[in-house]
Amino acid sequence: MPGPSSLARRRFLTGGAAVGAGALLAACTSNESPQSAPQAVAGTAGQNAQPGKHVTIGFSAPAADHGWMAAMTKNARAQAGRFSDVTFTATEGTNDVNQQIAQVETLINQKVDVLVILPFDGKALTQAGQQAMDAGIPVVNVDRVFDTPLAYRTWIGGDNYRMGVNAGNYIAAELKRKGVGNPVIGEVAGIDSLPLTQERSQGFKDALAKNGFRVGPRVSAQFTPESGEQMTANLLQSASRLDALWNHDDDQGIGVLAAVDSARRSEFFLVGGAGSRNMMDLVKADSSVIKATVLYSPSMASSAIALARLLGQGKGIGDLAEHEIPATVTTYSAVVTKENVDSYADVAFDS
Amino acid sequence: MTKDSSSVLPEATQAPPPRAAPAARPVRGRFPLDARLAGLFGVFVLLCVVGWLTRPDAFFTEGNLSTVLRLAAAIGVVSVGMTFVIISGGIDLSVGSIVALSGVWATTLATQSFGPVVMVICALAVGLGCGLVNGVLVAYGRVVPFIATLAMYASARGLAERISGRNTQVVRQSGFLAFFRGDLLGIPVLIWMFAAVFVVGWVLLNRTTFGRRTFAVGGNTEAARLAGINVKRHTALVYGVAGLCCGIAALMVVARTTSGASTNGLYYELDAIAAVVIGGTLLSGGRGTLIGTLIGVLIFTVLGNIFTLNNLDTDIQNIAKGAIIVLAVLLQFRTRRRARRST
Repeated sequence: MPGPSSLARRRFLTGGAAVGAGALLAACTSNESPQSAPQAVAGTAGQNAQPGKHVTIGFSAPAADHGWMAAMTKNARAQAGRFSDVTFTATEGTNDVNQQIAQVETLINQKVDVLVILPFDGKALTQAGQQAMDAGIPVVNVDRVFDTPLAYRTWIGGDNYRMGVNAGNYIAAELKRKGVGNPVIGEVAGIDSLPLTQERSQGFKDALAKNGFRVGPRVSAQFTPESGEQMTANLLQSASRLDALWNHDDDQGIGVLAAVDSARRSEFFLVGGAGSRNMMDLVKADSSVIKATVLYSPSMASSAIALARLLGQGKGIGDLAEHEIPATVTTYSAVVTKENVDSYADVAFDS
Repeated sequence: MTKDSSSVLPEATQAPPPRAAPAARPVRGRFPLDARLAGLFGVFVLLCVVGWLTRPDAFFTEGNLSTVLRLAAAIGVVSVGMTFVIISGGIDLSVGSIVALSGVWATTLATQSFGPVVMVICALAVGLGCGLVNGVLVAYGRVVPFIATLAMYASARGLAERISGRNTQVVRQSGFLAFFRGDLLGIPVLIWMFAAVFVVGWVLLNRTTFGRRTFAVGGNTEAARLAGINVKRHTALVYGVAGLCCGIAALMVVARTTSGASTNGLYYELDAIAAVVIGGTLLSGGRGTLIGTLIGVLIFTVLGNIFTLNNLDTDIQNIAKGAIIVLAVLLQFRTRRRARRST
């Protein structure tokens, strides 16, 4: 018995050494500190910028599992850090609805002054929002909307339909400017089962129709670079000629661009979505097919924190006649092109 | 396919007699597998005909064929490794996560500044390392493969997310891209790599002691042990092979997408298992072919290609995928019953 077992142990140790060597190699070569790009922060000018009553803001969001969502949490934190009169209490991001409800309940029990909630699922988190409101804590609902306005004091989010509309209008205008007749317009959508994708596609379709155009080849990817590459590689085989292509999401856009590059195609122009730093840089350089990106910016998280602070201090928004913070704020899906890219650099996010 | 295989096996069609007289055919146990491979190949050819009929202008073009093969390359390489694991009687749920971790590790910025060779070594070492950890847990730690690789499934992707900071790491190493995205003798490097992995895998499985031991371990572990095979070491190595395949696939995905992201390789475990199973490899181990796996991968890739060429919704594609898997598994039950009866 001792023989074989010691042999086995030696083999096990050799294996361990190999794993250890791997770890060492990894330690030498793994990532350096991530680029410390400036996070989008809301403009804090005028009287509202003056330090006021101290406010504790509770924050709950889904897991930062891709660039856009990660930027939401980073932006919220960065914005809170700008105010000397704000204490920021964030819970760990989770995609488990039950856990997020528990987190919101914990924040309520801690008696924070204002809650900022980006629900993983708006419908499922509605009760939690309602509970906070009932406890006298105003809720700023970000992006994915609760089922009823009773569950939030203010909602701030993006406009998916208008994102599609603005992409469609930009593409139509460019094609008309170039005098292209009967254009072939492609679309690389995100996850088709999500309402946000359906809204974006509907807006795109409607805007093109208004201009007398229609969507040609269309694929749906998964918001990841790999799926973007796969779907676009097939799409490019399907259409021997394209005049324009709209891609819903800049993170999957890295893959879309790689597929375009592989197929050595450049007869069309590409429009992105969301507004990542990477795509804005490419738009600015103007050396590839990508000519524009339509914003759906995580800067809304910064604005949400700014609004939450004002709510906590009982102030309104400076330039409006209203005494109170508005009940809903919808951000605008601006089209970022080479001409205006510099003015949007501050809301670009690392995908 | 069902009809074919049963009509050439008249004794199997006599339903009631449970222990029908055997031995008209000495290799009867093997035969249904070959018949099913032929059937599977028929499905593949049929799909190609559908593709050609619906898009005669686009399907059989050089560009499209090259696209299909490049799309099949990464999942194909992963499926080669998965075939080894399943033949040895195991399962590997962590392949997609290992692809993500290897890819991210190879593309994090510091790694890139050491040059393409370091990136390649990193991806392969991380893949192999993760595979060996799986193997050691299964073989020496006596953890059930499902659980051991489930743990790796979760932790490898978690580590990939941590290392990448959940940012997509764009490859700035032009040497790496120039090689892996380039052509060799007019054929994309990715297709060469896929072919090489397949040929090496085939030789390893069918022409070496390692391959024979893999079948033996999966067929009957106790008999393999009594025959003098070091079952534990062999099992660990089989998972190592699967991990190494994931490392190679990670390089392919990184080259294709020009980036490493923690979302790479999503659902690869499901796609690879599906390809292996419809390729005729028994989930219970001991029997299988790499040719079947290859056809399985190609069927799914061509299916996706045809759907996109014809601008069809992807949800119907998923239904079609499901139907193919169910059909293949139903056939597998028939084969196994017949095989049992013949022994």
